[in-house]
Amino acid sequence: MNDYYIAILQGAVLTVGVSLLALLVSIVLGLLGAGAKLSGHPTLVGLATAYTTVVRGIPDLVVMLLVFYGGTIGLNHLLEAMGSHATVDINPFLAGVLTIGFIYGAYMTETFRGAILAIPKGQMEAAWAFGMGRTQAFLRITAPQMVRYALPGFTNNWLVLIKATALVSLIGLKEMTYLAKQASAATRSPFAFFLFTAALFLVYTTVSLYALRKLNDRYSLGSKRVQL
Amino acid sequence: MNKLLLAVAVASMLAACGKKEEAVAPAAPAAPVASAPVAAPAELKVAIDPTYEPFTFKTGDGKPTGFDVDIASALCEQIKRKCVFVEQVWDSMIPGLMAKKYDAIISSMSITEERLAQIDFTDKYYNTPSRVVVKSTVKFDGPASIKGKKIGVLKASTQEKYALGELKTAGVTVVSYEAQDQVYLDIKAGRLDGTVADFVEVTGGFLSKPEGKDYQLVGPELYEPKYFGIGAGIGLRKGEDALKAELNGAIKAIRANGTYKTLNDKYFAKFNNLDVYGK
Amino acid sequence: MNWAIIFETKNLILFGNGIVTTLGLLFSSLAIGAVLALIFALLLTGPSALLRWIVGAYTYIIRGTPLLIQIYLIYYGLGQLEWIQARWDTVWPWTHFKEPFFCALLAFSLNTAGYTAEMLAGAIRETNPGEIEAAQAFGMNRTQIMLRIVLPSAMRRTLPAYSNEVVMMLQSTSLASAVPSMIDITAAAGRIYSDYYLPFEAYMAAAAIYLVATFCLIGVFRLLENHFLAYLAPRTH
Repeated sequence: MNDYYIAILQGAVLTVGVSLLALLVSIVLGLLGAGAKLSGHPTLVGLATAYTTVVRGIPDLVVMLLVFYGGTIGLNHLLEAMGSHATVDINPFLAGVLTIGFIYGAYMTETFRGAILAIPKGQMEAAWAFGMGRTQAFLRITAPQMVRYALPGFTNNWLVLIKATALVSLIGLKEMTYLAKQASAATRSPFAFFLFTAALFLVYTTVSLYALRKLNDRYSLGSKRVQL
Repeated sequence: MNKLLLAVAVASMLAACGKKEEAVAPAAPAAPVASAPVAAPAELKVAIDPTYEPFTFKTGDGKPTGFDVDIASALCEQIKRKCVFVEQVWDSMIPGLMAKKYDAIISSMSITEERLAQIDFTDKYYNTPSRVVVKSTVKFDGPASIKGKKIGVLKASTQEKYALGELKTAGVTVVSYEAQDQVYLDIKAGRLDGTVADFVEVTGGFLSKPEGKDYQLVGPELYEPKYFGIGAGIGLRKGEDALKAELNGAIKAIRANGTYKTLNDKYFAKFNNLDVYGK
Repeated sequence: MNWAIIFETKNLILFGNGIVTTLGLLFSSLAIGAVLALIFALLLTGPSALLRWIVGAYTYIIRGTPLLIQIYLIYYGLGQLEWIQARWDTVWPWTHFKEPFFCALLAFSLNTAGYTAEMLAGAIRETNPGEIEAAQAFGMNRTQIMLRIVLPSAMRRTLPAYSNEVVMMLQSTSLASAVPSMIDITAAAGRIYSDYYLPFEAYMAAAAIYLVATFCLIGVFRLLENHFLAYLAPRTH
């Protein structure tokens, strides 16, 4: 019995890995998407809007199944059509990271876009008056302030992302939910194993909330806080 | 504080990446059979569904074990390849094979007409019948006598085909599950009245355990090729003739040199010295 | 690419049943969840510190664990308890735990109740203190203030966030396929995939159905917002 618990703990490491890598992917996609939406180019804006609308309109599970089953077959057909004999295998870990990153990139796009829009216009004008180039202005003025405005939405998205990693168990990645399910069916005692896994998720959520609150405090230094 | 959190985050990412690479490295694409270097044995990725005791299951520490797994290892030794086991959910076994996630399915997959349309099989390596299993208090004489009862089956299995073809038409409610051991979980919970399963599997995986003591095998041995095929074989992609010939040769070899009998007795001697190779 | 198979009658009926199950699950769990959420939100903003703590712990656990684990716990976990097994053939409330639909419904309702309760509680806390003072000056008691002043405006303020929650619930119903005999849209697509080996076509069809459903829901909520939040619209004359 104890072996199963240790196996679930090892699966927890996979869960943490998937969620952190997916977070990276989603941040990159979110920044690109927000940039595209705010750029004003009709094609870019259209593309980004299509991305956020479609991705938020399909369940995470369906996107994951599409990428995992459909994607591998599609890629292999493509390679065959090009005459290559190589086979590409999208393993569950990669499929999970890419899919979750792709989905939450859409949510991050909206969060970052809202955050950038919340920065007073005068700041950019002042930056240009100082002669800063676009990159300089972004790095020194926009980015630090954007972090502060984006943090509540970012925290929300991160918490939902952690829970979405449980879905990767449904495409066969041996992370904690998958192992808990196998253990519960093999030993016929689901309650214990699922409670254990739920507790692990709660620990993960609590630690994340604490870390993000510290981040929030760091980035809110200097801003006025109204006492209710 | 932030630096500490950053370090923890990076460390766990690396640990997870390390684990992923550990999983990916042994599962590297198998070298073509013809030009395999003699030095390191080429790999053969074998798919298993480890929820099917005693044919394919996992012990507490996560090691795959069972009759199928041991036969697979014995065959790999015969053809001088290294077996790498890939776990797969049962209903996506064949699509996974066609998507080249692995090269062979050695997981008690029966050879049926329907499956032969999609993939190829070697000769059979065992053949055992299926039986219906219900509570000892239920009097069974044919599908109609359990009308209205709930029977659980494994999705995409030959038993499911039988249940949908013979039992559902007689008024029995057939519920499909992702894995056979989840069927047993729900039987134990009382949500199901029974199951249709391979008789060796259900004896070893359910009836011989405490939760199966009130249940029994009923009805005739189910052998119809229309539903159940001609026995369990190794699933291969169409066109893999070289591998098929190798594996067929290996099956004959282990039957001849006594390895098959040893493995058979290891798992099935307790069933009145059953020889699972069957008719 | 074999799209013709999706449009065979047998498979269209399969998808049709899936849509009925999904929408049934969605609306029933939203209805039950909304009622529960109202009660929880009132407890969260109420005078009793003990109840605040209990409901707070409940929403924390619901929002901190994945819906999939909640479903497994209710379907498999509760089914394992001897106490429930002894009663669910005969005693009334517990007979429902045998059915997969009820277990899925319970899991989804508790989940949406947890999230919506926090949203509603937040909106109640944001009520303008001046309005409450005015109501107290009029001599209304706590119940009257809640019913006449606080709740109507809090519910209006929650509408945009609630529309997000409803859309998320629609996506979450795809997890009903984790419960064995629930055939919702995702499970129907899975069935077609394992019968005909067409993953792309099957899941694209499911994705298209969900997209259409999402747009319909967003449209309905926009109409509701135009009606209930009309006072926030810019003046047109």
